[in-house]
This record gives sequence, structure tokens and C-alpha cells, in this order.
Amino acid sequence: MSTPNLHPGLNLGTRHGAAHEGAETIVFGFWIFLMSDLVIFGLVFASYLTVANPMGMAGGPGPADAFDLRSVFIQTMILLTSSLTFGFATLAMRHEHGRKTIAVWLGASLLLGLGFLVMELRDFAHMIEVGAVPQRSGFWSAFWGLVPLHGLHVTIGCLWIVVMLVQMAVLGLIPVVKTRLLRLGLFWHFLDLIWVAIFSIVYLGGLMP
Amino acid sequence: MSNAILGRLDLASLSIWRAFENPTSSELIGAGAAMLVIVGGLAAVILLTWFRLWKPLWRDWLTSVDHKRIGIMYCALALIMLARGVIEGALMRTQQAFGLHGGFLAPDHFSELFSTHGTIMIFFVAMPFIAGVINYVMPLQIGARDMAFPVMNQISLGLTATGAALVMISLVLGEFSTGGWANYPPYTGADFQPGPGPDYWIWAIVLAGIGTTLSGINFVVTIYKERAPGMDFLRMPIFCWTVICTSIIMIFALPPLTVAALMLAADRYLDFHFFTNDLGGNMMNYVNLFWLFGHPEVYLLVIPCYGIFSEVISTFSGKRIYGYMSMVYATMSIAVLSFCVWLHHFFTMGQSASINVAFGIASMAIAVPTGIKVYNWMATLFRGRVRMTVPMIYATGFFYLFVVGGLTGVMLANPVISFQVHNTLFLVAHFHNVIIPGVLFGLLAGYHYWFPKAFGFRLHEGWGRAAALLWIAGFSFTFLPLYWLGLQGMPRRSVTFSDPAFQPMMWLALFGAALIVSALGCIAVQLWVSIRKRDQLAVPLGDPWNGRSLEWSIPAPPPAYNFAVLPQVSVRDDFAEAKADGRAYAAPGQYEDIEMPDNTAIGMIVCVCSTLLGLALVFWIWWLAILSFAVMILALIGRTFRVNARHVIPAAEIAAEHRAWLARIEAAPAVDRLEETHERNLGRAVLERPGRLEAAQ
Amino acid sequence: MTDPDHRSEARLYLAGFGLALTLTLIPFGLVHWRLMQGRALAITIAVLAVAQIVVHLRYFLHINLSRQKREDLQLILFTVLLLAIMAFGTLWIMGNLATRM
Repeated sequence: MSTPNLHPGLNLGTRHGAAHEGAETIVFGFWIFLMSDLVIFGLVFASYLTVANPMGMAGGPGPADAFDLRSVFIQTMILLTSSLTFGFATLAMRHEHGRKTIAVWLGASLLLGLGFLVMELRDFAHMIEVGAVPQRSGFWSAFWGLVPLHGLHVTIGCLWIVVMLVQMAVLGLIPVVKTRLLRLGLFWHFLDLIWVAIFSIVYLGGLMP
Repeated sequence: MSNAILGRLDLASLSIWRAFENPTSSELIGAGAAMLVIVGGLAAVILLTWFRLWKPLWRDWLTSVDHKRIGIMYCALALIMLARGVIEGALMRTQQAFGLHGGFLAPDHFSELFSTHGTIMIFFVAMPFIAGVINYVMPLQIGARDMAFPVMNQISLGLTATGAALVMISLVLGEFSTGGWANYPPYTGADFQPGPGPDYWIWAIVLAGIGTTLSGINFVVTIYKERAPGMDFLRMPIFCWTVICTSIIMIFALPPLTVAALMLAADRYLDFHFFTNDLGGNMMNYVNLFWLFGHPEVYLLVIPCYGIFSEVISTFSGKRIYGYMSMVYATMSIAVLSFCVWLHHFFTMGQSASINVAFGIASMAIAVPTGIKVYNWMATLFRGRVRMTVPMIYATGFFYLFVVGGLTGVMLANPVISFQVHNTLFLVAHFHNVIIPGVLFGLLAGYHYWFPKAFGFRLHEGWGRAAALLWIAGFSFTFLPLYWLGLQGMPRRSVTFSDPAFQPMMWLALFGAALIVSALGCIAVQLWVSIRKRDQLAVPLGDPWNGRSLEWSIPAPPPAYNFAVLPQVSVRDDFAEAKADGRAYAAPGQYEDIEMPDNTAIGMIVCVCSTLLGLALVFWIWWLAILSFAVMILALIGRTFRVNARHVIPAAEIAAEHRAWLARIEAAPAVDRLEETHERNLGRAVLERPGRLEAAQ
Repeated sequence: MTDPDHRSEARLYLAGFGLALTLTLIPFGLVHWRLMQGRALAITIAVLAVAQIVVHLRYFLHINLSRQKREDLQLILFTVLLLAIMAFGTLWIMGNLATRM
């Protein structure tokens, strides 16, 4: 019989005392915020789908002209791996393996996240070269609204990891730092979740024969 | 015309300068409004300095994270913006009364008026007022010490104030959008309105909207996680159930608005093609997204007011609410259904009949749970001993007028009828008919009902009665004629009209507007008189109305920590039952230290920075946009390094305060309902007919 | 009450990673090597995406039907419901308008 979860995501467990109890309210609140973010993404997705057709493309370049499936595949692998490394970071925190171990796994996630962004920016540069810019058509406006929105979230996540690394060093693993790491974990996994939808709907959907 | 330092701000941005260059009646009125803003702002600064109020203002209010203070500030913001909204409405009524022969307002000015009127009333009157009442009352009703996230609460207030500030500044600098409160593109796109107008709208509501979403999260988490021991969901007051439903809407309906507004911003700033006429833009998606927000929004407005009426009607009938469970189900159904009907706002815009009919049926379905609530309220009144206090006058007005508005809503839900009256004054009459008797009366009733709790003295009954009656009469004369005018074919948002047959109704509506302005005046006078007579109206013992829920079981005004000892709840309407059983006002066995959050300036920092950010974005002052955004983010991140921002209130202090209050209760006369509005009522109630109270569930 | 130790929890993460990896390789492979077309392919991709999302929720986010606090599950189901209404509604309305305009 395991202890019930107090909140979504990995729970710290009763060993962490006040941090675990306090996490219930805080993480629930963050979970709700993620749900509202999910609705935002959902609507941007739906809007994308309404213009993913010849009318929306207005005679301009289409997905086949601008998407690079191999690059997208690598980005997917990178992001998925970063979810795994972040999971290990959270596990290290739960099982009290020390700040250094947590920092290593967080650092790995950060590097992977940055790698994802670098590749994505290169993709965007290529798209600009071939004229697949938002000013060209409603379709590209929708694409550039959706995928960079996700990229912006990844950027915020990376920034947040940096702040957490600093906080862990400066403040130590006090309860509030732990609950922040829990929230960042939720956020990071959520990013990967949205990416699943992006690569499925936008890239695979766009490049389907 | 733009430069690096001031963006596209120049002399012609000043409405006063424009009036100077071109002194038409329209421009002069605009300049007059700008002067009012400037003079009002200066007067506030001067008065604060003269009475040395800056320090207390900063220490006790602007940096407070107490839900009670934040609630009061929200309500104060709402009432100030209500004054502007009413004046704009009266101005439009006046223009239309003289509209047959052109009137005195230019068409663009009229368009700006109806745009600001709608935007202000919904985003900066109704929503802050609701946030204020919920903020104040809900934690008290569930037996909590504060919201789950007090600092985020303060930030929400700051963001709302930012939006209001931007709308006020638009009177002085630049101008507001002329596209209505819904701001449809392509008319509001860069091609047709390159000026600052639509940008003001976008940033005001995006920034305020973020505040609202955060509030929704705060409210829900507070109710789910901070209830007092024994306060099960089914023991909560109905008002708290309506708070849950409202919060759900805040969380899920604001995202579509943010998406639509930011997409429009992308179109305007970055030449995107989300909603343009050409190159694959799809302007109907804006309409779709906006109303995905817009319809649940109006339920966000009215549902908490249903909750307020439930409290008011129950208290002033001396009975518990009839049909608690059906109320809960009805409220939840309304909340969920509200997400299923948004297309009825654009029946005429080209969809096939099947889609129209599907949404039409869904729209009519909402009338059913609403009807259930109305019948439950009526059953609550039935065989109760009803006291016609000011909140009950509003409730009575609500009963008659809201039902009419609801019925015209069912009419409009029929696509066939909607095609006839869409965008006529019939529609305008309908939504004012549900918003004023529903939302505004509810909020004013709540204001009168909970004011004594917040400030320790009642509001003057006489002026309150005058205000309520003037609102009822004023609303009726202003808006009921508009139904007829709409059926006769007069379009909405028209600065002039050409059919002389409309004239008499226009004059009737103007008369009604005069009554409404008087009603607002009475509310201002009521506040003034009440403050002057606060010693006679004092109710420090905390229970002036013989209330049933927990907020009435603490002093008025309550201490910062709300409850000296968290209540142990055993039953619905626990305080009423406690009074009946004789166990109310029991001294607790033991007092403990209470930890409360410290004050913080972060809300003010966010408010100032986001106002500057909004202005910078509107006027293309990019360096200021980047700077204010960076400062805000750095401040927020920096704040996270601050640990242990809490202070302890020692048990001895709490015990002393509490015992002193209990002693005053012992000594004071318990007052029955005949003396409710009498000076003798110090806030301690006697039960009049104990046998009448039915046993708790 | 005993908590699973670090190794078994880490194994769960690896299992989730493996499942997600598989559910990623399949659709990418199908598209890259043109193994399916049209509607069938679209549905396959969609189903695999939903499956992978469930994998993420279960293995990474620990959303567990039995051990979860009721409100956490209620929240995600409610969000999905509203999202479905909004997204489906948008597609239905905009699709209908597209055929008529």
C-alpha cells in the first residue's frame, strides 16, 4: 500500500514533512494554471487547423516547402530525453540524493532544452529563407503563432531551471525551493506533452502523403 | 510619425490639444473628460498630501495582502469606474435623444463612447466588483484566514488596476478603439485603424485578463484546500458554490480572449494574417474565439450575483435557502452550459441553419436551471418573515426585471427571431435587462449587505432605498423603450436616426438615464452620510442582519486573522444553528499563535510596470516596453529569493482582542428584526421564533 | 505503508520513456517511408499521439486513476471536456463557414 498522491506529478512523500504537505495546495494551483495554458494551446491548435488548407495558404509556400522532418524528429528525441532527465532530477530530490545530483540532472535537462531551441531556431531561419513567413499567409501566421508559442514556453522553462539552480545554491533545499522544483517539473513535462501534439498535428499532419 | 524616444506620441495625441485645434462640441467634450482625469488625479495627490495619507495608504492598503483590504480596493475601483461608465451611457442617451437632427457628438466620438462604455462596464466595473465581493466574503464564509495565494491576489488587483488605468489614460493621450467592446477585425486591424485605439483595448484587457485568470485559480484553490474543519462542500453557503462556478469560468473562458486579442495584436504589430481580409486571413475565427470567451463571461458576471441574492433572500426572509441541492446542480449546469452556446452571438454570420439550431437549443436550455433558481428563491421567501431592507428592494427589482430579460433572451436564442432583431436596440435592451437587474442589483445588494461587516457601520437605509428605487425606475425607463425601438428596426450603435417616430421613446430613455444618474448620486450621498453618521450606524458586534453563515460570527470589521480560533463546522448554516442552539459566541478553550503573510510591494511594482508596458506598446515606445517588462520580471524573480515573509501574531494578543469582543457581546442588547435598522442594533441578533428554524440537514 | 524505492521509480520513468519513444518512432516512420496514406494515416497518427499523451500523464505526471486526489482527476477531465467542446465547436463552425463562403 503506497501513500496516496496529494497532488499531480511526483509527490515528495511524507519523509519531506512540511514541504510535502504544503505542496498540495501550491501544486494544485499550478496544475490549474497549466490547464488554462492547455486551453490556450488548444485554441491556437484549433485555429491552425481552420487555416491548414489551400485557402489559408493563399497560394504561398506550404508545409512541404518548409518543414524538415529529420530536424523535427531530432528535436522530438531531445525533448523526450529532457523529460526523462527532469524526471530523474525530481526523483533525486524525492529520495534526497543531494543538491549536486539534482543539479546535474537539471543541467542535463537545461542543455537538452537549449539544444531543442537551437535546432528550432535553425528551422525557423530556413523557413524565413523559403518565404514561409507569417506575413505571407494565414496558414503561416497560424504556424508562427503556435510553434514559437511552444518555443517561448521552452525558453521560459530553461530560464526557470537557471533560476532554480541559483536558488538551490543560495537558499538550499528549503521547502519552497522543493515545491518550485515540483512545479517546474510539471511545467517541463507539460511542454513535452504539447510537443507531441505539435509534431503530430503540425509536422506529421503537414507532411503526410 | 514616430521617433525613438516617444514612439508615435506627439502633440496631436493629446485630446486637449486636438480640442484646441478643432473646437467642435464633440472635441470639447472629449477634452473636458481629459481635464476631469487630470484634475481628478491631481486632486487625489493633493488631498493625500494635505491629509498626510501617503504612508497609511502605502502601509495599510497598497502593500497589503489581506483579502479583505484587496476586496475593498477592488470594489472602490469598480465604483469609480461605474461613475465613468454611467456618465458615458448618459452622454450617449443624450446624443440619441437629439439624434434626429444630428445631435452634438461626432460619429467617431460616439463609437468611442460605446466602446469604452462596454469595455469599462464589463471589465472594470462588473468584474472588479465581483472579484472584490468574492475576495472579501468567500474566505470568511468557508472559515479561512486568507486566500490560498495572498501575494498572487495582490498582483491580480494590480493587473486589473493597470487595465483601468490604460482606459482612463486613453481619455488624455490618443483615443480608444471605436470598434465596440468586442473589437472585431478587420475594422480594428492595422488597415482600417492604424491609430492607438484598438491597441489600448488589446493591452487593457490582456493585462486585466491575466489578473482575472490568476484570481480564478486563487478562488478555486482556496475553496478546495482552505475550508475550515467540518466545512464540507455541501455545508458551504450557496454563494461559495457560485464562486466555484465563477472561478471555473475565469480559468477557462479568459484563455480564448487572450488568444483572440494577441492574435489581433500580431496582425496589427507584426503584419500577421490571422484576421485580415486577404492572404488567407479568417476574420470569423476572431468572432468565434471572442464569443467563446464572451458568452461564459456574462455568466461569470451573473452567477456570483445569483449567489449574493441567495444569501440576501435567505437572510432577509429569516429562512435557510430552499432547495440547496437543486441550487448547486442548477448553478453547475449553468456554468457548464455557458460554454456550449457562444454561437448565438453571431447567428447571422453565415453558418448553416443546422448549426444555428443546435446552438439555439443549447441557449434555450440555460433558461431551465435559471428558472429552477428563481423558483427556489421564491420558495425561500414563501412563509418567511420578509424584511424589505435595501438589499431586498434590489432583490425584488431583480425578480421582476431579470425574468423579463431572461425571457427576451430565450426569444433571441431562436435564430429566426435573432435574424430580425440582431444588432438592433432590442439586443441592447436585452443584455442591459439581464446585466443591470442581474449583475448590478446583485452587486449593489451585496455592497449594502456586507458593508457593515467590512467597516463596522451600516449604510444609511433611507438613501439606499432612494438609490434602489431610482435604479429600478431608471433602468425601466431607459431600457424598456429600447425593446420597442429595436422591434421597429432601429439599429444599435447609431449616432443619429431618421425616423421621427422613434423620438418619443428616445426622450423616455433620456428621462430614465437622468434617473440612473440620480441613483448613482444617491449611492455617493449614502456613503457620505453613512460615514458622517457612523457612530449611530455602528454595528461592531458583527451580526446586524441575523445572518446564517460564518462571516457574521466575527467582529465588524474583522481582525486581520479573521477567526481567533478556526471554527469547527458541523452543519449547513452553522452560525444560524449555533445561535438557535445557544452555542454561539462560546469562548474557545485555547488560543494559539497565528502566522500571517507580510506586506509586499510586488503588486504595486507589477501594476506600475505593466501600465508603462501597456502604454509603451500602444504608442510604440519600444525602449520603455522592454525596460518595464524587464523590471517587472526581475522584480518577480527577485521576490522569489525572499524567504519567510510571514509574521506571527501572539496568542495572548488574539486572546485579549477576542475576549474583549465577547465581553461586549455579553453586555450588548440583542436586537430583534423590528429594530434591525435602528440605532440600538449594535450587531447582536436575537432569534425571534426559534421554533421556526427547521432542523439542519 | 511503504514507498517504492528509488530504483523501481526510476524504472517506471524509463518504461515511460521507452513507450513514448516507440509511440514516436512509429508515426515518424510511417510518414517518412510513406507506409500509409490519407485518412487511415491521419487516424493512426492521432491515436498514437493520444496514446503517447496518456503515457506522459501516467508515467511522467503520475496521474493515476486510483491513487489520485479526486479534484486533480476531475480537473483534467473537465479541462479535456471543455477543450473538446471549444475545439470541436471551432472546427465545426469554421468548417461550415468555409463550405458556405
